[in-house]
Amino acid sequence: MSAPAAAPAQPPALSTRGLSKSFGSLVVANNISMHVPQGARDALIGPNGAGKTTLINLITGMLRPDAGHILLGNDDITALKPHQRVKRGLARTFQINTLFPHLNALEAVTLAVCEERGIAGNFWNSLSACTAAVDEAYAVLGSLGLAADCTRPTRELAYGQQRLLEIALALATKPAILLLDEPAAGVPREESAAVFAALAGLSRNITVLFIEHDMNLVFRFASRIIVMVAGTILAEGTPQEIGADARVREVYLGGARHG
Amino acid sequence: MAFTRTAAADPHRHLHAQAQWQPIELVFWAATLIPFFLFPKYLALASQIAIAALFALSLDLILGYAGIVSLGHAALFGVGAYTAGLLSTLGWGDPLLGLAAGAVAAGLLGYVTSFIIARFRHLALIMITLGLGQLIHEVANKASWLTGGSDGLQGVRIGPLLGRFPFDLYGYTAYAYSLVVLFVVFVFARRLVNSPFGLALRGIRENPVRMPAIGAPSPAHVRKIYTIAAAIAGMAGALLAQTTSTVSLGVLDFQRSADVLVMLILGGAGWLYGGIVGAIIFMVARDQFSGINPQLWYFWIGLLLVCVVMFLPNGVLGCLQLAAPWRSKAS
Ligand SMILES: Nc1ncnc2c1ncn2[C@@H]1O[C@H](COP(=O)(O)OP(=O)(O)O)[C@@H](O)[C@H]1O
Ligand SMILES: [Mg+2]
Repeated sequence: MSAPAAAPAQPPALSTRGLSKSFGSLVVANNISMHVPQGARDALIGPNGAGKTTLINLITGMLRPDAGHILLGNDDITALKPHQRVKRGLARTFQINTLFPHLNALEAVTLAVCEERGIAGNFWNSLSACTAAVDEAYAVLGSLGLAADCTRPTRELAYGQQRLLEIALALATKPAILLLDEPAAGVPREESAAVFAALAGLSRNITVLFIEHDMNLVFRFASRIIVMVAGTILAEGTPQEIGADARVREVYLGGARHG
Repeated sequence: MAFTRTAAADPHRHLHAQAQWQPIELVFWAATLIPFFLFPKYLALASQIAIAALFALSLDLILGYAGIVSLGHAALFGVGAYTAGLLSTLGWGDPLLGLAAGAVAAGLLGYVTSFIIARFRHLALIMITLGLGQLIHEVANKASWLTGGSDGLQGVRIGPLLGRFPFDLYGYTAYAYSLVVLFVVFVFARRLVNSPFGLALRGIRENPVRMPAIGAPSPAHVRKIYTIAAAIAGMAGALLAQTTSTVSLGVLDFQRSADVLVMLILGGAGWLYGGIVGAIIFMVARDQFSGINPQLWYFWIGLLLVCVVMFLPNGVLGCLQLAAPWRSKAS
């Protein structure tokens, strides 16, 4: 009726419907229905073992759900393979570095760019002849402050740089939706601000869902917060709503440990 | 130091430098001509070395670059050998025709089996390739109407190369032919590993979990390189059939799969040159030792292998690289 509400409802960038997954008798995802609006900066929080990483694995196709659906916009992507979901604009980073130890950062990011451009199957042209792809990779590295060290093998990079390379690889796929699994995990507090500063600088065209334990960072960067406990979504809402939610305070924010 | 700095400033220069032919490579290839002048008595051996090197190069493409272990690579070699041999018994004795046919036949087998290969890794892959190798060996053994069984293929008649150069007793033609094929395939392989596809293969080797997460269809890449490597292995088999005018079940032996793996590991996987260097060491050593005591030969090669794996995990070339800035493998 009012002007803003009359705008045709834009489908959420990402949503799940009744997503379930068990490892043996352990239910890690219990009928999860959640959504991430277009352009959002949503935080996914919850105690260790709540199933946050598993949820990302389900969304990205690295795990098959026992039941439920995953949608990008209005498209059901539940049947797609992980690399096909990336082609649809869904990228992720890993809580534990999942990099290419003997490739240097330039090669790793160039590889991701080549895959995005569909030229990674080309075995006839020299890599250095793919100048546009190399330029693009170099620009991504530059935007994360990795340009100066981009010719050093990944395994020789400082841990914080490797965390940034995690993000660089995901960005190189030109994502519409970026899932970040504890991007600053293990990074000293003063450096984790740098990681989040890089994320704050991302284009608003990219929808972001990030997992983070540091509540200061969560409340600073999140437009919405999704709280997960023991495989279920406990609450979903703005930081204010979540901060005021009694159940959340009880099981999570109030609890001493959220390691 | 200074190199690293300028390279960091210019990614194109860095990547270009990695793909550049190094002087030592030119020296190496020039040295492959030495047998013609200094060891004319050993041209037949040199030709066998070039063939083994080509076979090892094919294994390097899958193992050294994409991390695909195979203990049944001889199946592809043998199919190439039988194809070239059979064609010649039917009167199609032109070497280049047989070479191409061997490549196509082995490539086809490689393509078909690659759908299985691409789904497994590690121990499962070793067992599957081993099983496929044994299976093909047994098929060839049973199909004696076609392959001659354990007696070997009868009536292999190879025509002159390019219609002009018959295969002589001394091995001039054989070595020249094998060497040219090795070199041409090497240049192709070198191009391949320095291409975007070559980078994708190294990505699969380095982290198969990350690959799908950057949008890479790893199984498709694996199928492609496995097919290419199979065709090259088939060419090596065809070369052996043609230069020796014999094809026996030995081309499909498990021993051959094991030997080529040993050669590659000795020389160093993932450098392209490792298989060639390993083939030279292996074949020359076998030639020398087996003259003295054939039984003891595997004792020495076994000892050498254990020492190399323990002390030079990147093979002989990996050790050389520490001494000299040998840069074929992108670091
Ligand atoms: N592949 C797996 N097999 C069995 N159990 C698993 C597997 N992955 C995760 N789990 C279990 O599932 C639960 C949720 O794990 P996870 O999703 O990593 O939690 P979070 O990321 O929220 O800390 C944990 O108890 C973990 O031990
Ligand atoms: Mg986790």
